[in-house]
Amino acid sequence: MTDRPSLSSASGRERRVSLFSNAFSDQIFGVATRGAALLTLALLLGIILSLVIGAWPAIDRYGLGFLTHNVWDPVQENFGGMVMIYGTLATSGIALLIAVPVSFGIALFLTELSPAWLKRPLGTVIELLAAVPSIVYGMWGLMVFGPVLARYVQQPLQSWLGDAPIFGALVSGLPVGIGILPAGIILSIMIIPFIASVMRDVFEVTPPLLKESAYGLGATTWEVIWKIVLPYTRVGVLGGIMLGLGRALGETMAVTFVIGNTNQLRSPSLFEAANSITSTLANEFAEAAPGMHQAALIYLGLILFLITFVVLVFSRLLLLRLQKNEGARV
Amino acid sequence: MKIQSNFPANPKVSMNREARAAFFVRRKWINRAALTLSLIAMIFGVFWLMWILWETLWLGFGGMNLALFTENTPPPNDAGGLANALFGSFLMVALATFIGTPIGVLSGICLAEYHPRGPLAVTVRFINDLLLSAPSIIIGLFVYAIVVIHFRKFSGWAGAVALSLIVIPVVIRTTENMLALIPSSLREAAYALGAPKWKVIIHVTLNAARAGVVTGILLAVARISGETAPLLFTALNNQFWTNNLSGPTANLPVTIFQFAMSPYENWRQLAWAGVFLITLAVLGLNILARLLSRRK
Amino acid sequence: MTIMTTITTNTQTNGLPPVKMSVRDLNFYYGKFHALKNIHLDIPANRVTAFIGPSGCGKSTLLRTFNRMYELYPDQRAEGEILVDGENLLTSKQDVALIRARIGMVFQKPTPFPMSIFDNIAFGVKLFEKLSLIDLEERVEWALKKAALWEEVKDKLHQSGASLSGGQQQRLCIARGIAIRPELMLFDEPCSALDPISTARIEELIAELKKDYTVVIVTHNMQQAARCSDYTAYMYLGDLVEFGETEQMFLKPSCPATEDYITGRFG
Repeated sequence: MTDRPSLSSASGRERRVSLFSNAFSDQIFGVATRGAALLTLALLLGIILSLVIGAWPAIDRYGLGFLTHNVWDPVQENFGGMVMIYGTLATSGIALLIAVPVSFGIALFLTELSPAWLKRPLGTVIELLAAVPSIVYGMWGLMVFGPVLARYVQQPLQSWLGDAPIFGALVSGLPVGIGILPAGIILSIMIIPFIASVMRDVFEVTPPLLKESAYGLGATTWEVIWKIVLPYTRVGVLGGIMLGLGRALGETMAVTFVIGNTNQLRSPSLFEAANSITSTLANEFAEAAPGMHQAALIYLGLILFLITFVVLVFSRLLLLRLQKNEGARV
Repeated sequence: MKIQSNFPANPKVSMNREARAAFFVRRKWINRAALTLSLIAMIFGVFWLMWILWETLWLGFGGMNLALFTENTPPPNDAGGLANALFGSFLMVALATFIGTPIGVLSGICLAEYHPRGPLAVTVRFINDLLLSAPSIIIGLFVYAIVVIHFRKFSGWAGAVALSLIVIPVVIRTTENMLALIPSSLREAAYALGAPKWKVIIHVTLNAARAGVVTGILLAVARISGETAPLLFTALNNQFWTNNLSGPTANLPVTIFQFAMSPYENWRQLAWAGVFLITLAVLGLNILARLLSRRK
Repeated sequence: MTIMTTITTNTQTNGLPPVKMSVRDLNFYYGKFHALKNIHLDIPANRVTAFIGPSGCGKSTLLRTFNRMYELYPDQRAEGEILVDGENLLTSKQDVALIRARIGMVFQKPTPFPMSIFDNIAFGVKLFEKLSLIDLEERVEWALKKAALWEEVKDKLHQSGASLSGGQQQRLCIARGIAIRPELMLFDEPCSALDPISTARIEELIAELKKDYTVVIVTHNMQQAARCSDYTAYMYLGDLVEFGETEQMFLKPSCPATEDYITGRFG
């Protein structure tokens, strides 16, 4: 004890000091990371809160009737969101209708059919397509694709279906290539890469033995994909589709360029200028006078946010349920 | 395990040889049709990309000249460039990356290293997924409400904040994923030396995941370079050169939007040139990110 | 190489039993790697033939040529003849799906399809036959009984196949193969993922199956080969070193390399 007291006490104190400072910096670092993570939470709450507050005058005046009211008149201050909600849902619906089967085909091609040397370049092309900013799609849609669609699809359809009672109305309108259908098609081109690359990724994680077992029974490539790989990967496939739907619902620029920005529901035509929630916001918000007009626009934004929220929560719940059914796997 | 000895070796067969052959031929045709459709889908997908890239390059490349980078956006039917828009975009993207990256990396560390499980992680991950796919125009509305209304004017700062809110979830996601890939033996080895947790994370784990995290940041930059919607009512636009971010700031995406929707030929021409530049930048960043993550 | 040829000739001249599948000058390549070299082999009908050898010797590769499974992978190719009832499977005009229907296969790990137990069995059947529901149910029951699984699953046919234990899953895969009435059954290390009790049941089942089918099993487990096979082929580095009756092979192998392996001196 008396031999080396000073040495042990000195080193002991030193260690205690460094332990203290390490523990302290550890704590600070931990708090900083947690704070950053909680910021995400705060961000979500902040978004919801700010939307509700901003929209409150409109919510207060119109209530849920806003959803089914189809007048939008900034001059008379009479607002209803039905036209835009319809536009958002219709364009996204058309986009999914086209994008899901095409994406499935692309994923099937990339995983099962493509020669090995082409797999990588093609996969990269699809992924790059996902990175192209939406404004590029929008501008291309307005300047290049719209006129082509009007000339080679709408006009022939008009002359063919012109007098037919329902179908004729669906394709009526000036042949300038704007409206719900062009917007839906451009949205579908935009979301195909997202859905296709998720599908490809989940198809590729299917255990080779599982596929070989099905091939071993004499199944064809199509049967293996449709009856084995697809059920096995349905969770991921559904996730990819939901991702695409979320994108389509919230997409602004690609839609704003081609939808025509006209508030009307009179014509059922898929080629008649219309409006979506995002295009209305993009066109009117910066110039809207504070007051009821702005509140109504924010109300629209809140509705859009809630729709995407529901899509995501729905997909999550579905995933959980499927996982439970599937047992330990997935 | 009992196997009945009088059990039939062969089960009942229902179809004769011809019926089975015909049935099989049908399956073959279905297979062929499905695979052909898949090939068509692939061609369809690549076709659009080629078409879009072709038009962008063709119409955009024609507008390339020096004035594009040295002159400001012109009035209708006058000569000019995109210099102010390019500069404004550059400022806001840089600022947004600067704000968003540390927050994103720290949150990613929190999820991967501090609370990989538990209610906090589950909640934050869920919300992050939500924010990743949240419509970017909603981010614009949010920033309008908290920044623009507060300062009573549109500003480049508001635009940068809006873009940074898009950077954060992307960086969180990639940082967390990349950190999760680091084998725990590496961490344990560092702890075994007596290093404190924050040092282990910064010097060992994060360092090992560096390439992946940088890839994530590059992808985030690529993403915000083309974002238009969140700038529409935050930064607005400006037809003059400004390096003062406290007022409306010129930026490329909104300029393109305005010019493309206009009836003036020279504006449309400039819009194509702008789209060409954006596409080039975004694809370039993506390819760079790819090369970086592959080299690892 | 010469030893091998004489031995195969021996088994043939012994007369018993008839040959189900003949492999002639079979060569196999993974890209440029020569994985099987001039394999020459007769697989006797209604017997269990085991392929043994150290890992990487090509035994699984050989098995996978029998139903042309290697065709799924672009840089793998086989040359030579695999004759079943006089027809060369490798060059057959018959569709590969039909060939695979004649030759069932069970893998290293159980691979239940993501569907119910009933549908797991019905899947393969419905590929080749249109059956009424009653006939289909009968067929499923028949296959499950044949695979000695019926008693355990008859009350839960509509539960997911993944809910069964590992050994049950593997018997489900056997039942699935049997249900389409193949002529040969190939087993690729079927017990490598199973516990000893499940392994014993599978081995019993294999012994039972040879009454109706020609069985080929790849195993890395010498005792398993000794327990459940009638004939054994010893392979080494892509060569078929020795082939003969299992008993003879394990008691007095004619080739010193085989003896070294069997007695555990290497491998």
